[in-house]
Amino acid sequence: MVQLALPANSRVQPGRRHPAPAGAARPREFAVYRWSGVPGEPPRLDTFTIDLADCGPMVLDALIKIKAEVDSTLTFRRSCREGICGSCAMNIDGNNTLACTKAIEDISGTVKIYPLPHMQVIKDLVVDFSTFWAQYESIEPWLKTYTPAPAKERRQSPAERERLDGLYECILCACCSTSCPSYWWNGDRYLGPAALLQAYRWLADSRDEATAERLEELEDPFKLYRCHTIMNCTNTCPKGLNPAKAIAEIKKLIVEKHL
Amino acid sequence: MPRAYSITDHAYDCLVVGAGGSGLRAAVGMVEAGLRVACISKVYPTRSHTVAAQGGINAALANIVEDDWRFHMYDTVKGSDWLGDQDSIEYMTKNAPAAVYELEHYGVPFSRTPDGRIYQRAFGGQSIHYGKQQAYRTCAAADRTGHVLLHTLFQQALKHKVEFFNEYFALDLIMDEEGGCAGVIAMRIEDGSIHRFAAHLTCLATGGYGRLYFSCTSAHTCTGDGNAMVLRAGLPLQDMEFVQFHPSGIYGAGCLITEGARGEGGYLTNGLGERFMERYAPTAKDLASRDVVSRAMTIEINEGRGCGPNKDYIELHLEHLDPKVLKERLPGISETARIFAGVDVTRQPIPVVPTCHYNMGGIPTNWRAEVVRPKDGDPDATVPGLMAVGEAACASVHGANRLGGNSLTDLVVFGRSAAHRAAELVRPGSPARPLPKGAGEAALDRLDRIRHASGSLTVGAIRTNMQRTMQRHAAVFRDAPTLEAGCRKLEEIAASLRDLKVTDRSLVWNTDLIEALELDNLVMQAVATMHSAAFRTESRGAHAREDYPERDDVNWLKHTLCWVDERHRPRLDTRPVHLFTLSNEVEPVPPTKRIY
Ligand SMILES: Cc1cc2nc3c(=O)[nH]c(=O)nc-3n(C[C@H](O)[C@H](O)[C@H](O)COP(=O)(O)OP(=O)(O)OC[C@H]3O[C@@H](n4cnc5c(N)ncnc54)[C@H](O)[C@@H]3O)c2cc1C
Ligand code: SF4
Ligand code: SF4
Ligand code: FES
Repeated sequence: MVQLALPANSRVQPGRRHPAPAGAARPREFAVYRWSGVPGEPPRLDTFTIDLADCGPMVLDALIKIKAEVDSTLTFRRSCREGICGSCAMNIDGNNTLACTKAIEDISGTVKIYPLPHMQVIKDLVVDFSTFWAQYESIEPWLKTYTPAPAKERRQSPAERERLDGLYECILCACCSTSCPSYWWNGDRYLGPAALLQAYRWLADSRDEATAERLEELEDPFKLYRCHTIMNCTNTCPKGLNPAKAIAEIKKLIVEKHL
Repeated sequence: MPRAYSITDHAYDCLVVGAGGSGLRAAVGMVEAGLRVACISKVYPTRSHTVAAQGGINAALANIVEDDWRFHMYDTVKGSDWLGDQDSIEYMTKNAPAAVYELEHYGVPFSRTPDGRIYQRAFGGQSIHYGKQQAYRTCAAADRTGHVLLHTLFQQALKHKVEFFNEYFALDLIMDEEGGCAGVIAMRIEDGSIHRFAAHLTCLATGGYGRLYFSCTSAHTCTGDGNAMVLRAGLPLQDMEFVQFHPSGIYGAGCLITEGARGEGGYLTNGLGERFMERYAPTAKDLASRDVVSRAMTIEINEGRGCGPNKDYIELHLEHLDPKVLKERLPGISETARIFAGVDVTRQPIPVVPTCHYNMGGIPTNWRAEVVRPKDGDPDATVPGLMAVGEAACASVHGANRLGGNSLTDLVVFGRSAAHRAAELVRPGSPARPLPKGAGEAALDRLDRIRHASGSLTVGAIRTNMQRTMQRHAAVFRDAPTLEAGCRKLEEIAASLRDLKVTDRSLVWNTDLIEALELDNLVMQAVATMHSAAFRTESRGAHAREDYPERDDVNWLKHTLCWVDERHRPRLDTRPVHLFTLSNEVEPVPPTKRIY
């Protein structure tokens, strides 16, 4: 279970209560973390009771309904609404996941919604991703080749291509990294599972010619070796990917390099 | 009036607004040409809607069966129902292979053929030998082609050190006295600060406006902001009546099931279990062009042959396919169908309905991505300093109906073309373009007005009203009474914007305000779409008029232009279609009847 740590100065106060509309057929309570973004103002937990009979099936549908009909100041990121853009990652019912693919039905009792843990909150459910993106950029996530490109495609066999399955699908939602205790405590220096999964994606690509260089960059007591195989990352990934395994593969490659 | 905004000025050689596939490709090419480039995006680049594209990108690589870019050109012209500009179509289809190989060299993890080439699948409306046989032209990375394309282009942009301004919301173009574009004024979402960007060239890559409709496959962020910015700058939009309804949006949720599902062997049935497409398109059947399939489905439903208790959807069958094909080629939609329709595609059909998917219309450009508008008798006069690419633009390669897989091609080919043109027009390191006096004042007035709007109607209320109106009055089939009633309703909706209420007064991540600005943009485009549809008294491609069921080349083989003023009053005109090609490597395709 993910431990939830809230941003600095944040003893969450009980917030406003928005009761169910009259005659609601299937009322359901949502408890949502709110913070205005104004330093000094305490965060609070607002509760909204909405009628599920008149709402889409996903947690994001409920948030959008609340924003459209109850409180338009509620702030969260969203775009694709189908689990592919990575905007709507948040902590729902104690787990980091995507609001747009998390069915309300799969949660019992009050639906509790918090921002991703251990991230600086900007406002309500919106957190600061700048370190996360900088880490992604730091692994130089692009194809590196030294041999000149052919006139047509570089050949890659289906078997070679298959080694990218389970890696290339990552949507950079940060659910994994923000569930990782090592990342919580060393997030400034430990790259975290998302960036490391990406690092492995290029190591695994038969077309990439910079394996040695990439491994050298990663061989660092903090960047890589803070992973203690706690597996939170893999358990929480909403796309069913396995960052812990990718990290283990990188470690294996480094061991092999030294043989 | 004194204002609370802090204003920062920036100057670049080129400015790209939008970090989807088209914007990123343009930005990368501009940096490669030695230009200083800023890229503004209201979402982080990997959140852009291109990420959702599934099926693939068209290019005549001939990796599966023989192919030729001329076949691709023919299919695209025919698919466009002859409304596409043939010089642009020639340019796109001829340059598509190079653009796709380039993507592969950038690192896109395409699916592969047994001999290691890029995998290509069958898609609707695609043929070899001018309609004779099904083509295999759509290059795919499983059913996540947009995701890999967007991520790879973003990675290239990082490699090339494009300067990103992420989560900045572009408010308006800054136009100079001569009618050229001098840059853009934008708001940083995180703190509400205002930023003015001066640039020799501004390239709009802001995507489509699918959120005009109640049920659509597009992301929440597809609000066509760039199109509205163009209208507010006094420039016209083109062919706005052509809205593509995709045959397979999941019933209820609207999420897309790629045409690649039918390309891999899937088929549609009605409530009687009939494979009805055989009746409408005897040769291409389920792989006829999208407009044809969507109309057929709508007729089946309207005539009482839909599926389900209310007979209001069609079923898409994949359960007969080899589970290995589903796993390798269609893993994404298998997951989507499970999550959003509760369907196991190996056992059950997926309930689908025609769903708003793509906007053929947009900002008129030539094949070099320069924005055009009629001036001094020249219908193709360019607007200095302004470019447009991607779904926001109307080059026009898709004409009255886009073929599946041609949008991604459009993004990278014209993104690249914009960069080439920028390299010709802008000298690296030339002195900054000065901003005209009072630049962006009007935009700040509008921002202030909306931010402090204290009427009685929420963004959500007006938006739903507009979306339902579009859904009811400008859907798959149209006629004069419905469209005219739609125009009147939109007048009321536009008037209701004066009674808007924005509750959030903060400058920090104010999405109440952002959604209000997006709504303001959408309503202008709703007016343009509805009035353009009422204007065009013929049926062509995606625009099907029940009162004018035939295509009318004598009167309507031309583009619609629509201006919308600040009081939401439209003005309509036309512009000739380019029925000529760019080179003598290919003959123009003369208009004939369109049969699949
Ligand atoms: C579900 C789905 C599947 C599809 N599948 C395919 C397919 O298989 N093949 C195919 O060819 N096509 C497909 N399409 C169509 C294709 O994906 C889109 O047309 C294309 O991705 C649009 O790309 P774009 O670069 O024009 O814009 P987008 O990717 O939509 O990006 C728009 C950009 O503009 C920015 N922006 C917008 N407004 C502002 C503003 N005010 N200020 C700052 N930035 C702004 C956004 O942040 C974003 O970065 C599909 C479409 C959908 C909906
Ligand atoms: S397995 Fe490693 S990366 Fe994953 S949660 Fe545990 S420590 Fe973090
Ligand atoms: S590995 Fe999974 S959880 Fe982590 S960023 Fe990628 S998609 Fe998100
Ligand atoms: S909105 Fe895109 S992943 Fe949820």
